Amino acid sequence: MSTVNLVYFSWVRERIGKGEETLDLPAGVVTIADLLQHLKTLGEEYEAALEHENVIRAAINQEHVDHKEPIAGAREIALFPPMTGG
Amino acid sequence: MSAPVIVRVQREDFDLNSEVAKLSSGRADIGAVATFSGLCRDEAGTLAALELEHYPGMAEAEIERICREAVERFSLQAATAIHRYGKIMPGENIVLVVTASRHRQAAFDGANFIMDFLKTSAPFWKKEHLGDGTTGGWVSAKDADDTARDRWSPK
Repeated sequence: MSTVNLVYFSWVRERIGKGEETLDLPAGVVTIADLLQHLKTLGEEYEAALEHENVIRAAINQEHVDHKEPIAGAREIALFPPMTGG
Repeated sequence: MSAPVIVRVQREDFDLNSEVAKLSSGRADIGAVATFSGLCRDEAGTLAALELEHYPGMAEAEIERICREAVERFSLQAATAIHRYGKIMPGENIVLVVTASRHRQAAFDGANFIMDFLKTSAPFWKKEHLGDGTTGGWVSAKDADDTARDRWSPK
């Protein structure tokens, strides 16, 4: 079991209903893809936010990563939609 | 000496002239300064405001990384990037990029490069507020922006 700080932005934040939370993750959660699968088991709001999994972007410790990235040692994991700044 | 890079993420507006002056004052080696500013459009009168959300910390770090890459790639002499967040009304500034180089092409290209990457990898999200008081929802990312970014990749 590992503990991680999660932060959410834009419509991911709105659909989940909070901007951040700290979660204990089961041992089987190794990568970002595993994390997304695990979150979807936590309730309808997570399912709605993460439904289109391939569009969800992730960052570990404030750096972009892809879904295959291992999350071991992550202090902060962010999940958000494609960016629309500029 | 590495070229100075200034990055700010702020709620308040910026002044284009003072940012250009800051970057070029006291230097006689700069031959070209290019500026780009992005403004909030009213979308033919339908948009009342944009609300910009950002990821504090990562937003600054990502823009800085992009600017440093541009400095390296185009041998820029200086680069400034400022991005606003919060509620922005039509006609107001959203983003400013200033680049300096010996000759014009590098300054133009550097600013273009910074904007293309900023749009696709700096963690900002725009939400629309419409003139009729309703929320128009989150702006969708455009494929055209990915295409613009990808043209800088080696073929």
